[in-house]
Order: sequence, then C-alpha cells, then structure tokens
Amino acid sequence: MDLRFTPEEIAFRDDLRRFFREKVPAEIRKKVAEGRHLDKEDIVTSQRILNAAGLATPNWPVAWGGKDWTPVQRYIFTEELQRAAVPLPLQFNVFMVGPVIATFGSEEQKRKFLPATANVDIWWCQGFSEPGAGSDLASLRTTAEKRDGKYVVSGQKAWTTLGQHADWIFCLVRTDKSAKKQKGISFLLIDMKSPGITVRPVITIDGAHEVNEVFFDDVEVPEENLVGEENKGWDYAKFLLANERTGIARIGLSKQRLARAKRLARETEAGGGTLWDDTDFRRRVAELEVGLKALEITQMRVVANQTKRDADKPDPASSILKIKGSELQQLTTELLLEVAGPYAIPAPDHEQPEGWNEPAVSPEWADAAAPLYFNYRKVSIYGGSNEIQRNIIAKAFLGL
Amino acid sequence: MDFDLTEEQRLLKESIDRFAADNARDPAAHGTAPDIWPQLAELGVLALPFSEEDGGIGGGPVETMIVMEALGRGLITAPYLPSVVLGGGFLRLGGNAAQKAEFIPQVAEGSLKMAFAQLEKGSRYDLYDVSTTAKRDGGDFVLDGRKGVVLGGDDAGLLVVTARTAGSRRDHDGITLFLVDAEAPGVSRRGSAAQDGTRVAEIAFDGVRVPAGRVLGEVDGGLPLAGHVVDVALAALCADSLGAMEELQRVTVDYLKTRQQFGVPIASFQALQHRAADMLVAVEQARSMAVYAAMMAEETDILTRRPAIAAAKAQVNRSGRQVGQEAVQLHGGIAMTWEYKAGHYFKRLTTNDVIFGDTDHHLRAVMQEGGLVEEV
Repeated sequence: MDLRFTPEEIAFRDDLRRFFREKVPAEIRKKVAEGRHLDKEDIVTSQRILNAAGLATPNWPVAWGGKDWTPVQRYIFTEELQRAAVPLPLQFNVFMVGPVIATFGSEEQKRKFLPATANVDIWWCQGFSEPGAGSDLASLRTTAEKRDGKYVVSGQKAWTTLGQHADWIFCLVRTDKSAKKQKGISFLLIDMKSPGITVRPVITIDGAHEVNEVFFDDVEVPEENLVGEENKGWDYAKFLLANERTGIARIGLSKQRLARAKRLARETEAGGGTLWDDTDFRRRVAELEVGLKALEITQMRVVANQTKRDADKPDPASSILKIKGSELQQLTTELLLEVAGPYAIPAPDHEQPEGWNEPAVSPEWADAAAPLYFNYRKVSIYGGSNEIQRNIIAKAFLGL
Repeated sequence: MDFDLTEEQRLLKESIDRFAADNARDPAAHGTAPDIWPQLAELGVLALPFSEEDGGIGGGPVETMIVMEALGRGLITAPYLPSVVLGGGFLRLGGNAAQKAEFIPQVAEGSLKMAFAQLEKGSRYDLYDVSTTAKRDGGDFVLDGRKGVVLGGDDAGLLVVTARTAGSRRDHDGITLFLVDAEAPGVSRRGSAAQDGTRVAEIAFDGVRVPAGRVLGEVDGGLPLAGHVVDVALAALCADSLGAMEELQRVTVDYLKTRQQFGVPIASFQALQHRAADMLVAVEQARSMAVYAAMMAEETDILTRRPAIAAAKAQVNRSGRQVGQEAVQLHGGIAMTWEYKAGHYFKRLTTNDVIFGDTDHHLRAVMQEGGLVEEV
C-alpha cells in the first residue's frame, strides 16, 4: 500500500498545473473560482484551449482524440483541472454524447460529430428528463414515429441545461409504445434548428438562466440520426449515466472551494479580528476537511481498483461518491455563504447610479456566494438523486 | 498510488481473519474466556511490528491494521493494543539497545505483557497533563502518583509510565517515560472490567524505585515519543473500529433480511433500506481513513503526521457512532439484550471512540494545525 504518486505522475501533475494556469485565461478561472455563471464564450474558449493541446477529451477512444492514460493519470487530470478553477469541459459533449457516439455510433456519425463535439463547434444539450420523468426516467413520453424514412418527434423535455446555447440535442424518445417501458426507447440526435422545436427558458432560484424546457412539435429527424439500434436507447443511456457518476464526486472542486473559503476567512474582519479566529467556524471547516479527505481516499481506492474490477459486478462506489461528493459540494458552498455573511444579501448586478463613486462596503466576491449556494442544491437531485443512490446501494449491493 | 496488499500481507490477512473468525468472542458465554494469547504468539502476530534484528517479523502499520481489523471484527479482547502496539511501540521507537534486547523477545513470544500508564485525574486526553512525579535519588528515580483506566493494566508485567521530572502539571517539557516492573515494591493496582469486555486498572505508585537504566528515551523529553506511539495506536484503533463496523453492518443487513413484521421482511421498507445504505457509506469512509492512518502512522514529521491521524480518528469516531447507533435501532429490541452480539460491537465502538481522544479533541487538533487543504 502506498498513497504516493510516482515521480512520473508528479511530473505529469506539475505539467498540467503549469498548463492550466498559464494557458487558460485568468478572468475565466476567476469566475469559476467565485462560482459565477460562465458565458458561452468562456466555456468555448477554455475547451478549445484544452482541445488544441489534446486535453479536452482524454476519456474518449485514442482514435478519436482520447488519451491512453492510466486511471491514476485521469484522476490527476480531473483533480488539477478543478483545483485550477478551469471550467469543466462541456459535459454534454465530453462525458455524455461523445462517448456514446464513439462507442455505439456509426462510422459516419463518428466522422460527422466527434471532432466538432470535441472542439465545441457543436454545442450539445441533453434531452432526457421530462415533466413526468425525473428520477423515474424510463417513464418518458416523448414519441418518435417513423414516417416516410424519417422520425417524427413530439413531446417535451425538461431541465435542459444550457439548451439556449445548443446546436444539437441528444434525446431519449419512445419508439415502441407497446414495449415494456425501458424496452421501447431510442437514442436520437436532433438538430436544434429543426422546424417545430421551441426552447423556453426556466429561471432557477439563483436568478440564472441555466435550464430550459424544450418542446417538440412534429419535428422531422432523418433516420441516420438514430444512434445504434432502435429500442436500445436505454442501454446507451445507462452507459452514459455510469460515465456521469464516476466524475460526479468533484473532489478537486470542493477542495478548491474549501481552500478559498479558508483564505477568505483569514481576510474577513470579524469580532475585532478575523473570521479565522472564530473557533466555531474553524471547527466546521475541520469537520468538512475530514469528510473531504475520507472521500478523497475513497475515490483513490476506486481509481486504483478500476482496472481490476469486474465491470458486471454491482459496485457501490459510484453511489457512495455521488452521495458524499454532492453533500460536500453543498457544504462548501454553504461555508462560503457563511464567510460572506451579511454581505451575501445583495443580489449580483446591483445598480450603479451615475455619480456614485463610494468604495463598496461589501467585498466584491460576496454577491456570488448566495446564488452559488442556492444553485448547488441541484447536485443532490440530478444525476440520480441521492435517494435513488441509496436505493441502488440497498438493492444492488446490500441485497435488500 | 497503490492499495494492494503484498503477497505476505495477504497471507497474514488470511490467517488472522480465519483465527479471528474461529475465536470470535461470544459475549453471551458465561465464565472466563479462554486465553488466546499463546495462540496469537504462535501465529507470530505478537512479534509482527518488531524488526528482524530485534527478534521480530518486521511488519509495519499496514500489518498492524490487518491484525487490528480482524480483532475488531471478532470482538476479541486480548490486549494486543496495550501490549504489542503501545508497549511494543515504545520499545521499538524509544528503547535503547539494552532495553530492546531485554524486553522485545519477551513481548514477541508472549511471555511478557505491557501497558501504558498515563491517564490521571483530570488529564482526560492531554498526554502532557502529568502530576505523577519521578524524583532523582542517587542512580535511581522514585515515582509517586496515581494512574487510571490503564488499558490491559491489570495483568501487564511491564508498565510504561509517564512521570514529571521537571516543570509543573501541564508543561510539555519535563515529562519522562519509565519502564516499570509491575511487581516492583510500591506498585499496587486494582483491575476491573471495561465496557467492551477488556480489562483496565487503576495503578498506584508509592515510592517506586526505578533504576536510571529504565528511563525510556530522554529525561524531561518524553512527550514527543509518547505522542508518536499514541499516533501509532490511534491508527491501530481506527482499524479495530473498522473491523467492528464491518461486522456490525453485515449482521444488521442479515437481520433486516430475516426479521419479518407485517408479514414481510423488514428489509422491504425503504425507510430502513436508506439507513442501511448510509451505514455502508459510513463504513467505507471509515475504511478510507483507517488506510490513510496506517500510511501516515510512521511519518516522523509531526506536522504531517498529527493532522492526518487526528482526521482519521475523527472520521472513524463519527462513522462508529453512526454505525453503532443505527445498528441497534435497525435491529430493534433484540440489540438491547446482552445475549445478542450487536450491542457488544456497539459498546466496543463506543469505548474505542474515547481512547486517546474523542471527535472534538481530534477536530481541535486538525484545526490547530491549520487543517488539511490549502490553495495550490
């Protein structure tokens, strides 16, 4: 047993550290560090920098721009990317539709979509959830009927993250209404410019436009946009969601937020000294750090065993990482909210009347704290809610 | 980065796991438990942490973790922690050549048991809070004081005793460690049963004469050595608690599947399923930190070792509380009985929680060192 990285792994880590800090613009990384929403431009710029260096899609097959990295190298990459506050590569492209097309798509689909997906020349969004299909995803009702060599899609998708920027959407649609619910689902790629698609923004509690509803009104989709086989979409979705879960702990991100909260607490005046002098506050930091360290080692155990594991055996690890990882992400945003304290009250973009030149009373980072805290309640809901994860552990692993 | 056991460690694990399963303590059994110390000696585990030149097997903290995890799982009360981990740890890390040559072979073969006498009235978790005195008298020291809750203290033959040779009660300097023969004139003790089925003792030292050759490490400078040995013991305790948690979690899940109420196994109730799932999460977090503690236990840089060990104990304590309490609740009334084993695992976790520092104590230690995560 040995927790240490090899000298080669340390060199690999240091190269990445340098690359992220030198090549990805500081103003973009500052936005990420403060937990502010990113513009489309920020995400595209950052991902294209990574892609030019061959670092946007390390999880893809080597033939399509992936890296033949060890699980430890992949772990280091993710950790360093998050600790440097580099925007995560667009997950719909890199972790969702990309691997699905690379694994199950036709050669023509691979050629058409993969390079453009890696470079975000195509921005993808995800059409899975529906108003009546959240945790119970397989009860989705959007239909695709075959007519004259085309699919005609009708229905409604919900929670479509960043769909307002999207060029294409990958959708789960029902192609066989008579089959058992998981059996009649297909995986379709749909051009967002197709007639009959309407995108309606949904503003979330943090005041941001992050998610949308997408309506399909007899949208015609060419047959060649079907991925894999008809009615096998549920298998591809399960493959995709399993990919989603391994990266979901976001330990590097929580570490970055926690470290930042500690620095800000040392800079924040309170009680005649700084907030860091407050032992109640520091105790909560210590509790969080302990939980985070435990999860980090858990993640390392999973990574170290990845190559050896029997892929068909139920593994509680991804559910554990999801539950604890999301709890810790939420706790770090809560901690930042507490550091901001009363200065978290004003909403961002408060008005600046002309002629007002007084220095601000609130620290300039503080107005991002509350929206981030509000926004992060989502992480225990999406990707299979934490209750669904407990069901998975209980059924698949404990045999209850 | 590697979490695999070596071939030798795997073999050790197989044999000690089998031994612990065969000798798992039945808390409902009446009468005196059979003495398994000779069998532990025969297995070689008493010699495990000592170097080969000292007559041992040359195992490290990972080997200790493997043994302690098995002992915890088997609810075994043999004094491995006080004698081999603590006593042996003092000899290994602080003993001079003569002390090692005299005592290590005896500890390794099982003919001598050791204990660490440090806790005093009011000292709680502060190792440096020492009122017991040791005064020079010719070539000897003379010890006077009272120690309590000495783990395995009632039948140990050799005691490691903290005593003050300089300074006042809570000074960090001025503490000296002594190897004291438990049968020496002036030593008296009162043994008693502990909550977890082990034995503890109160020990009085009244004018106990100890030759200068029995000073362990430096006169007045015993605290860092004591701190390191206690950290090694904390790592071992984390593994013991992990073993107890694993078994308790397994027993609880089995019970949920067999116990019927309202005409169905209670495992079919989602309220209970989710709590059982959370128990598993808690056990896995504890496992990670037990492994982490083992890997950090022999770290000599105190600024690296201390927050790591403290964090590990804090997490294992927290997981232990959750797993222990939930196991009793999910079982229901049966776990309240002395006859059933779940309650005894709960009790072991509860006593382990307060050995060498509870959660508050260790979180304070993490805090004092500035924590574990900084900006890179």
